[in-house]
Amino acid sequence: MIYLQLLISFLKIGLFSFGGGYAMIPLIQREIQSHGWLSPSEFVDIIAIAEMTPGPIAVNSATFVGYKAAGILGSLVATFGVAIPSLVLIMIVSKFFLKFQNHPANKMVFYGIRPIIVGLIFASAIFVAQTALIKQGASNGSLFTNSLSVLDLKSILIFVLSLIGLVRFKIHPIVIILISSILGLLLT
Amino acid sequence: MKKNNQFKLLMELFFTFFKIGSFTFGGGYAMIPLIEREVVEKKRWVSEEEVVDVFAVAQSMPGAIAINSSTFIGYKIAGKRGAVVATLGVVLPSFFIIALIAIFYSKFQDAAAVKAVFSGIRPAIVSLIAVAAIRISKTSIVDWTGLILAILSSFSVVFFDVHAAFAILGGATAGLAIFIMFPKKTEKILSNGGNKN
Repeated sequence: MIYLQLLISFLKIGLFSFGGGYAMIPLIQREIQSHGWLSPSEFVDIIAIAEMTPGPIAVNSATFVGYKAAGILGSLVATFGVAIPSLVLIMIVSKFFLKFQNHPANKMVFYGIRPIIVGLIFASAIFVAQTALIKQGASNGSLFTNSLSVLDLKSILIFVLSLIGLVRFKIHPIVIILISSILGLLLT
Repeated sequence: MKKNNQFKLLMELFFTFFKIGSFTFGGGYAMIPLIEREVVEKKRWVSEEEVVDVFAVAQSMPGAIAINSSTFIGYKIAGKRGAVVATLGVVLPSFFIIALIAIFYSKFQDAAAVKAVFSGIRPAIVSLIAVAAIRISKTSIVDWTGLILAILSSFSVVFFDVHAAFAILGGATAGLAIFIMFPKKTEKILSNGGNKN
């Protein structure tokens, strides 16, 4: 029952993801991979599309994955699944949460969680790098064992250029994506 | 009459959040200033202090930050119905847009030009995410303990396939353990605010 699987997977994603956006990527990727709903490169394409369209990445990927797995009804079910935990939790615990917001124990819990979220976002960058920077057909994970022979030079070039554009020249992410798509067309 | 007003308020909530959902690129954090402008300045539904609390809660509860803050504001203004209506409003624009894109992507993803475009975009996404990680680390990692936790979480997720939920739980446990076992260190951390925000 594909609809039920989609619902459960995206309920889990909605329920277990902290820190929003990029920190959710390892979680979403795990669910997608275990069900074989998308290929790794299709998943990276969703992240790219999510970056260029309005709305949260979680909703964008839910809609996209749901559609690829089971059509329009699938995308409805997945989107519903990812939004429901927020809806229910906010209505039940938000008031309680406001009371304890400034409690030292609560503050220390988030002191511990915040670095984990940074780690998760770095993990996302590594996941995406495995798909984006190695040659098609090279096995997953070989990025670490045999990096020189499997790295795709054209991709490395775009990676470095976009890094410079973002850090040094503060170019807007959407412009970076547009330029890199043109580079992708020109360098094939 | 009262019922009529309630309906009008719900419609207004829906369209306000529909607008917010339609115009924010780049997810949750990008949405915060727009929500503030619409809900605090224009509609005066909540005060400036209240909206700060809303964002604090939205960021510390599971789920997308954009959905959490919309749901919370909807709930504050018009109860359960308000929560549902605001959530629908903020989710529907991306739902429609992505459903449309997914239909086209599925049809054309094997075309040579589409393949070339995405092979160019994918490496740029790596740098976008890496830069986001570094930016967030500046406020989230305040000492050596934080740095070690961040490295541990990256390693365990990438190399040992640890579930992200367990990594989060590990971080929460570490924070709590410091609170219970090292009151002096806790005091030091909290006197710095616990983060640099």
